[in-house]
Amino acid sequence: MADVVEVLRSETAEAVKSAGERGILARGLGRSYGDAAQNGGGTVLRLLGSARDALLDPGASTVTVGGGVSLDDLMRVIVPRGFFVPVTPGTRFVTVGGAIASDIHGKNHHVDGSFGSHVERIGLLLADGSQVDVSRNEDPALFWATVGGMGLTGIVLDATVRLLPIETSRMSVDTLRLGDLDSLLAAMSEGDDAFRYSVAWIDLVATGRNLGRSVLTRGDHARVEQLALRDRSSPLDFGPRQLFSIPPLVPKPGLLNHATVAAFNEVWFRAAPRQRTAEVQEISGFFHPLDAVGSWNRLYGRAGLVQYQFVVPFGAEAALRQIIERVSSAGVSSFLAVLKRFGAANEAPLSFPRPGWTLALDMPGGGSSLGALLHALDDLVLDAGGRTYFAKDAHTTPETIRRGYPRLAEWQQVRRRVDPEQVWQSDLSRRLRLAAD
Amino acid sequence: MDNAFGQPQHIVVLGGTSDIGTAIARALISPTTRIIVLACRDVERGEAVASSLRSDTVAVHVVRFDAAAVEDHAGVIERIVAEHGDIDVAVLAFAQLGDNAQTLDDPVAAARLVEVNMAGAVAAGVATANCLKKQGHGALVVLSSVAGERVRKGNVVYGATKAGLDGFAQGLGDALEGSGVRVLVVRPGFVRSKMTTGLEAAPLATTPDKVAAAVAKGLRSGKRTIWVPGLLRIVMSLFRHLPGAVWRRLPIN
Repeated sequence: MADVVEVLRSETAEAVKSAGERGILARGLGRSYGDAAQNGGGTVLRLLGSARDALLDPGASTVTVGGGVSLDDLMRVIVPRGFFVPVTPGTRFVTVGGAIASDIHGKNHHVDGSFGSHVERIGLLLADGSQVDVSRNEDPALFWATVGGMGLTGIVLDATVRLLPIETSRMSVDTLRLGDLDSLLAAMSEGDDAFRYSVAWIDLVATGRNLGRSVLTRGDHARVEQLALRDRSSPLDFGPRQLFSIPPLVPKPGLLNHATVAAFNEVWFRAAPRQRTAEVQEISGFFHPLDAVGSWNRLYGRAGLVQYQFVVPFGAEAALRQIIERVSSAGVSSFLAVLKRFGAANEAPLSFPRPGWTLALDMPGGGSSLGALLHALDDLVLDAGGRTYFAKDAHTTPETIRRGYPRLAEWQQVRRRVDPEQVWQSDLSRRLRLAAD
Repeated sequence: MDNAFGQPQHIVVLGGTSDIGTAIARALISPTTRIIVLACRDVERGEAVASSLRSDTVAVHVVRFDAAAVEDHAGVIERIVAEHGDIDVAVLAFAQLGDNAQTLDDPVAAARLVEVNMAGAVAAGVATANCLKKQGHGALVVLSSVAGERVRKGNVVYGATKAGLDGFAQGLGDALEGSGVRVLVVRPGFVRSKMTTGLEAAPLATTPDKVAAAVAKGLRSGKRTIWVPGLLRIVMSLFRHLPGAVWRRLPIN
């Protein structure tokens, strides 16, 4: 447990001075799956801020926005003015500071790279209470150590981010249903580059001949002429709402077990069109379907869920298949399994994305064998030259991280320079010994 | 720092030569486990146990710890934290069985048993809880016993120390609510171990490995109290409510 303190930007430096020996960490919306934003025994700062104070520069297509502002809040301000965030994950409920700290990626990584690649400047609060601006030109080592640095180099007070100009708030989406893993990988390898956004949902309950059956959705921002006539007068309307919320009445074991997930997956797969092109969808429906359901995590019951995400390089398709087989045959009821192709990596030493295949899995927690399974998957991932994602990690070891992130020492050198007293700490940094070697 | 599956990196066993304590440490070892500290009075025997736990990935250290020397307890625990970092699981496993006839005859012998089993355990519990509270996470496993649930005339002083320790551990767990630290109270029945060598096994007797497996499962599922075997919970509840006249005449008493 940590003390959670909400601070205005002007109060942040003062709050950092009061850090005890267990240190301090900035937390965005606290939605990381693992312990990235936890700081047992120490202090957690929640930076307040609103997108109404953001400075949009339409000429340069940039916005300067507070670190504690959520992408949801930001989109509600910039989308009606014809701009979109350069990268969005599967939820709008992440903050700008968190997006930088985890160097998040989205369905457009193969084209646009990760969030940090679109950040021009970071206003960073350092451990000694001073403030600096870092960018590709000003202290680039600290800039890139902060991108993907899990909040362990300083607090992102604000950032200047390049935006994507859009004509409409709708997406033009192509859907393709694929019967097995080989046809999925082939379709993605051949066709993804023609789309800005691409992602595949895989039915991980299916085995044998159906192993890897999936629904591939790809698309781009719709142009005005693609909209229905009645929508063309207000092409940039944006006001996503929560449709409903899961009440706290879900029975203790949750509602997601092998039977319900298998049934859901069957329906989901059958309901998807074999092939459909240029369907117009809302931004929220295409990017953030789960955001429409409040507290969806309650469906997992009291034991909650565990996320696992890894990347293996192109050419390691055999390892990818082996991992999928391993998960399928372990009878893990993965409700959400998402596959995507990563493009080029950026310069950040701890950034997760690198060229290759990335698979993200949601799994019900609480089982006694899941921990052992994930350690076994780690070995397969590392042997294939891949790595796992800090923002989702809940189980791995310091040694695994050192194999997957060979530039950790380079990052630690920057950290020692800017935080010699180890002010920035988290449960994740302690568990994986990120700061110490 | 333990992970989402409760797999600990750092385990401390107070009473590091105890069969049950070391069985628990062994049952908790996972790919994340790096350090086990055995704190015990007999360092030489501790080293022998350590070599059976040690592996390529798990370092095992032995430190001197005398349960009766309560003024040293805080220092011992703080040194462990200073040297090896956050404690994920601490096991309070030391106790002496004592000789029932002797402790009922010799007041000093009775007090000595209470010093180790009760005063020593409470002091170690407080010292450990203080460290865990500071780090904001961790689990304290306290080896209580069914002997404390209703004290038998064949086991008076030992039973009384376990009754006291059990009450302390439950209250401590409640006091730590909200701190991130939890206490697991373990109530085994008759355990075939070093401590009970030469004694005739009671009904529902169990083994250190079974106790350890139950502890590992209890930690994973967030339990506060476990009985080993589980059936003892019902049996002891019945015993507890028996009229004294019946209880005194029971053959197991």
